[in-house]
Amino acid sequence: MKRLLPSLPLSVAVFVLWLLLVADFGIGQMLLALVLAVALPLAASLLGPEPARFGRARVALRLLPVVLWDMVLSNIEVARRILGPEKALKPAFLWLPLDITSIHGITALASIITLTPGTLSAELTEDRRHLLVHCFNLDDPERQVATIKARYEAPLKEIFP
Amino acid sequence: MSAIAAWVVVALVVVGAFFVFVGSFGLAKLSEFLKRLHGPTKSSTLGVGCILIASIVHHALLDQGLGLRELLITVFLFITAPISAHLMAKAAMAADPVLRPKPPAGRGGASEPAPERDRGT
Amino acid sequence: MIHSVVVAALGVVGVAMLLCLWRLLRGPTVADRILALDTLYINTIAMLMLFGMYLRSAIFFEVALIIAMLGFVGTVVLCKYLIRGDIVE
Repeated sequence: MKRLLPSLPLSVAVFVLWLLLVADFGIGQMLLALVLAVALPLAASLLGPEPARFGRARVALRLLPVVLWDMVLSNIEVARRILGPEKALKPAFLWLPLDITSIHGITALASIITLTPGTLSAELTEDRRHLLVHCFNLDDPERQVATIKARYEAPLKEIFP
Repeated sequence: MSAIAAWVVVALVVVGAFFVFVGSFGLAKLSEFLKRLHGPTKSSTLGVGCILIASIVHHALLDQGLGLRELLITVFLFITAPISAHLMAKAAMAADPVLRPKPPAGRGGASEPAPERDRGT
Repeated sequence: MIHSVVVAALGVVGVAMLLCLWRLLRGPTVADRILALDTLYINTIAMLMLFGMYLRSAIFFEVALIIAMLGFVGTVVLCKYLIRGDIVE
């Protein structure tokens, strides 16, 4: 079972995405989607990725609305700053110390940081302990770090233990 | 019902076009690469997302079926936009080492201002 | 009403694309040009979807999807080239 289906979430994702893509829920496309759902994860496992381990997936449902809402806020904030005077901007780098160790968790965290208020992940150190974050407008580095850690990293640590 | 849907389409198109414009305006206006990177990666993605959802509602309104496929582009863009932003930041720092800040000294949290450089607008 | 709003939005997105083009020609660094190209293809998707609404046809979905995929791959390849100085690793 483990050899035939390396990752069940990946197979389900391929199945659903294929059906949405062809927009045809007939039996033929279902069969084709099933074949792809088995074949593509097998082909992908040849590349030797680190397998993802999922912890409490329910936390994701709680995290998703928070991220979506922050994304809207971040866009209004960035739009206001872009249209405002450029002199008022104080861009700065900061190194975010990471507690999360799973590479998938770090990827998710980096993506969320880029999509949310005025921050942009720029680089991960070799030892995966620090993430370089560029802030559009940085007033208080300590608070920014604390916000990111509490708001996004803590839930992600539960999802990717 | 369809009147409300029409208003939703109009609102989404207006908001989407506004954000797409702000993203590109930031790209043209701001004076430094890392500042410019913030505009397009956030605003344009949300703007395109709004327009794609407007397109879904519009086609549903015209009785052309519920095109959930536009949703795929939205999801694809929201997954890829941070990745390309991350890579572009890395590329900029690789091409121009002055932009790269010092590596973290012990426990991070400390910051330093980004090098302010005037290289045309 | 939808029709006129879509036409106006097409104009706004067109201006946005011109701003990207200006940045693409202006530079000054290679990373700026990559960013301009990236923004340009995202704006193209917006414009195509608006054009699809204008013509009341869903035919532009495939075009937009392919532009999204190729645009992303193009950005990644250009950035990798800048980071490593080599396309094929």
